[in-house]
Amino acid sequence: MANESMGLIGRKIGMTQIFADDGAALAVTVVQVGPNTVLQVKSGEGNDRYNAIQLGFGIQKERRQTKALRGHFAKANASGIRHVREVRLSADKASSFEPGQILGVEDAFAVGGYADAIGTSKGKGFAGVMKKYNFAGFIATHGSHEFFRHGGSIGTRLTPGRVFKGKKMPGRMGGYRKTIQNLEIVKVDAERNLVFLRGGVPGPNGGIVVVRNAVKK
Amino acid sequence: MNLLQTLEQETLARRTRDDADVRPGDTVRVHVRITEGERSRVQIFEGAVIRIKNGGPRTTITVRKVSSGVGVERVFPTASPNIEKIEVTARHKVRRAKLHFLRNRRGKSARLKPMRDFKRKK
Repeated sequence: MANESMGLIGRKIGMTQIFADDGAALAVTVVQVGPNTVLQVKSGEGNDRYNAIQLGFGIQKERRQTKALRGHFAKANASGIRHVREVRLSADKASSFEPGQILGVEDAFAVGGYADAIGTSKGKGFAGVMKKYNFAGFIATHGSHEFFRHGGSIGTRLTPGRVFKGKKMPGRMGGYRKTIQNLEIVKVDAERNLVFLRGGVPGPNGGIVVVRNAVKK
Repeated sequence: MNLLQTLEQETLARRTRDDADVRPGDTVRVHVRITEGERSRVQIFEGAVIRIKNGGPRTTITVRKVSSGVGVERVFPTASPNIEKIEVTARHKVRRAKLHFLRNRRGKSARLKPMRDFKRKK
């Protein structure tokens, strides 16, 4: 079963440092979650087959959107929404929302809780094994040359005579969906819809992230 | 000003104490609040500012002193609520922003030249 924890779509603002009540300096990521519009409630019946709410966030000029999208937004009395994501919930929870409802931070998060952040990590391009998998590389001295950042041997000999599947090798790194779990919610700013999460969040500043209450806490 | 800068300004604005103008080469007395269980008291760390790392609310100063023959350095986040006060007791003439070279000096050669017209604030 999918997770049942409430989440919202947000924009990563960036990282900074704030001081806790006891004076401890905390490294936090600021995420602007909301306002989110509930676009659709998936009921588990008919075509839907599962329970979720569909949320919208951000603005886009209406003339850039297809008629189909405009029609879909109009059903929730909304328009010009840029980002659409779904959050899976239990049937009870999902049915407590109505299309057109506007949600802010406080509808989902409270200080002292924990959250997961889901976003697209920064693309690093074609990366070598040292950067990608933290391989140790090769010795820099004692006459070695041209092997400094190599990954070493990739297999054995006639047995098995091939390279195992999943062998860690250079290649594309980053730019994929990444979830960071159990980030402490240090502060919530209802006025500006901000959550302060202790730790890092995937993606660049300004990137779209889904923040949800931690599944494993 | 973007939102992040606004937030950092707010963190700074939350400080109650107004900071003395601290510069590299100053001798400062840093009053630090230390909480041990229930009780809290103020400890004073006195030494020379050998480095200032600016960064809005992330600004830190590194203070160095020689305590019973051992060099001790402490890094203080100046925006921290645990710092009650930073007093500048003396100012010295220095020609660089980071005084890391003091670490390799001891005794007479580790002295700094006092600034002549520095008046201690009452």
